[in-house]
Amino acid sequence: MTIKRVPLTGDQAAAEAMRQIEPDVLAAYPITPQTEIVMTFSQFVADGRVKTEMIPVESEHSAMSACVGAASAGARTMTATSANGLALMWEIVYIAASTRLPIVMPVVNRALSGPINIHCDHSDTMGARDSGWLQVYCENAQEVYESIISAVRIAEHPEILLPIMVCQDGFITSHAVEGLEIFDDQKVKAFIGEYKPRFSLLDTDNPVTVGPLDLQDYYFEHKRQQSEAMEKALSIIPSVLGKFNKAFNRNYGLVESYKLDDAEVAVVVMSSTAGTAKAAVDNLRAKGLKVGLLRPRFFRPFPKKVIVQALSNLKAVSALDRSESFSTQGGPLFVELKSALYESDRQPLLNNHIFGLGGRDIDVGEIEDVFKDLIKVAKNNKVERLVNYLGVR
Amino acid sequence: MANLKELSKTIPERLVSGHRLCAGCGASIVVRQVLMGTTSPIVVAAATGCLEVATSIYPYTAWNVPFIHNAFENVAATISGVETAYRSLKKQGKIKKDIKFVAFGGDGGTYDIGLQSLSGALERGHDFVYVCYDNEAYMNTGTQRSGATPRGASTTTAPCGKASFGKPQFKKDLTAIAVAHNIPYVAQASISHWNDLVTKSNKAFSVKGPAFLNIISMCHRGWRFPPEKTVEVAKLAVQTCFWPLYEVENGKWKLTVKPGEIKPLKEWLFLQGRFKHLQKPENKDIVEELQAHVTKRWKELLAKCGEIP
Repeated sequence: MTIKRVPLTGDQAAAEAMRQIEPDVLAAYPITPQTEIVMTFSQFVADGRVKTEMIPVESEHSAMSACVGAASAGARTMTATSANGLALMWEIVYIAASTRLPIVMPVVNRALSGPINIHCDHSDTMGARDSGWLQVYCENAQEVYESIISAVRIAEHPEILLPIMVCQDGFITSHAVEGLEIFDDQKVKAFIGEYKPRFSLLDTDNPVTVGPLDLQDYYFEHKRQQSEAMEKALSIIPSVLGKFNKAFNRNYGLVESYKLDDAEVAVVVMSSTAGTAKAAVDNLRAKGLKVGLLRPRFFRPFPKKVIVQALSNLKAVSALDRSESFSTQGGPLFVELKSALYESDRQPLLNNHIFGLGGRDIDVGEIEDVFKDLIKVAKNNKVERLVNYLGVR
Repeated sequence: MANLKELSKTIPERLVSGHRLCAGCGASIVVRQVLMGTTSPIVVAAATGCLEVATSIYPYTAWNVPFIHNAFENVAATISGVETAYRSLKKQGKIKKDIKFVAFGGDGGTYDIGLQSLSGALERGHDFVYVCYDNEAYMNTGTQRSGATPRGASTTTAPCGKASFGKPQFKKDLTAIAVAHNIPYVAQASISHWNDLVTKSNKAFSVKGPAFLNIISMCHRGWRFPPEKTVEVAKLAVQTCFWPLYEVENGKWKLTVKPGEIKPLKEWLFLQGRFKHLQKPENKDIVEELQAHVTKRWKELLAKCGEIP
């Protein structure tokens, strides 16, 4: 396989994946820090490098609305957004999922207003966690690039047929330059294959009605079908990723474990902060401390079984959340984790650290402190405080 | 042009019987007359509203053609996506036939909540026809005032009362807003003048790029008149010059129906229960003011159409 190595930002990496996928339609609106995705892709269109028809819509609400129209017309369809843009398309985000349209949407995570802030946290996509979309969170630009490619096949899988958000951390990933390995165009095209939708509005000989009024007698069944698709996705995603891993010599799964095998305490953390946390793990390992890390890649569906399994031998675990849920019970990752562990008979002690809201930096030392605290928790067999805030004044 | 009966025979039925719109509803007549304007395969989109809820109650559909409903404020963006998918797939050779695209929205979904989506789609120049069936209030939810509700009409959110004569604001001139987008074809039509309407629809489907049809649509439930008077009320809206029939083709304004004798606005107003309170002596000046407004607008239109210097 030919692999090119080029310097790209996370946004450019997303655009590069989109260039190789060459969706039939892309409808998008610029918003910081996603803008560079749309700008880069627009240039691909302007230079005639893709067959994609772009719709330069007047808002994100119209972006998702046009995506629903295009996908219902049988087009492979993409968009991209961040924060307030995602919030503006909210209504249609749910409609895209319930209409079972496999739209692929890179999301560059940014703190949701207010107050207005353009930097990274996960409040935007975490708010959309119950919208019926699949969600994958990427640690770096390489993973963004590769996850967008695999996302096409996951979303379009006939047993899944759900839209997917491919999330990366605003600025931290989206604007930092990495040396990226880019696959051969033809290899990517061969992997994703041609999109063959079961229904299309453009099949005028076989008319379908899309988006009908669904009342008390059927709505519930349709929502249940959505939840069944999510359940199926838990077993189908690993098989699609297996094919991806084989084709591109990778090792993706629903989660990533880092030095977890003999660990006694661990953090559970998503996206770019996992990179920082891995450095903390390495530092403490060098001092002989048995620490490890679990990084859920998929948050929707929530990979309950693999997570519970991975944490079952640990004494204490902390979930690091880059968003606040205001439930007073901790961040969304912590709450999901706690809920998943309810069914396990081997429950580690658990606490939560909310960090990095509005782009507040988190450093290796702070995560080392979390580990040191976890070691104390394990030693005393007691969680002093369930929900903690890291790096806040 | 053939008469309506002949047209019904030659043009395939796209919206068929079994839908649950009220007897005497203007919307289904609007749809059927508009769709008589083309024999091509067509994809229909509709905004949330009476037309949508009454024609697509799962597991039934009254649509014999591909139909999509997305949400209330986004039918123009939705059809933009469908039309763009068509262009993309056609360019790639995956689709051979020529397909037309039409979006239907009520006045709520067009004058108000969907205006941004409509403006964006017109500006981008998608090849589609947008039809507003304007029944002058939010009828699907029980006659709440909209930007299309005329001054003086009583609605459930701008009712008449001791301290109110109904809606205080005049109706928004949406047709002029559409014209301001410099699209190839814009027209106002009425179901009472079906020949004029079908001709306009035919033109709208024939142009390359966006076309906008604003069609007054009677809602006897909200306007408060007997259902059998739908066409009569539509006709009087034209004859009183409240709803003039004109078109703007590539920027050129043209009056398409000239009412012989212009009838007093009162004749139209007082057929309808929503203006009933204006018959009271204390509201006489409101009626006179409404008449003056219609007359002024009519003269402005005549000037634009080159009918008067």
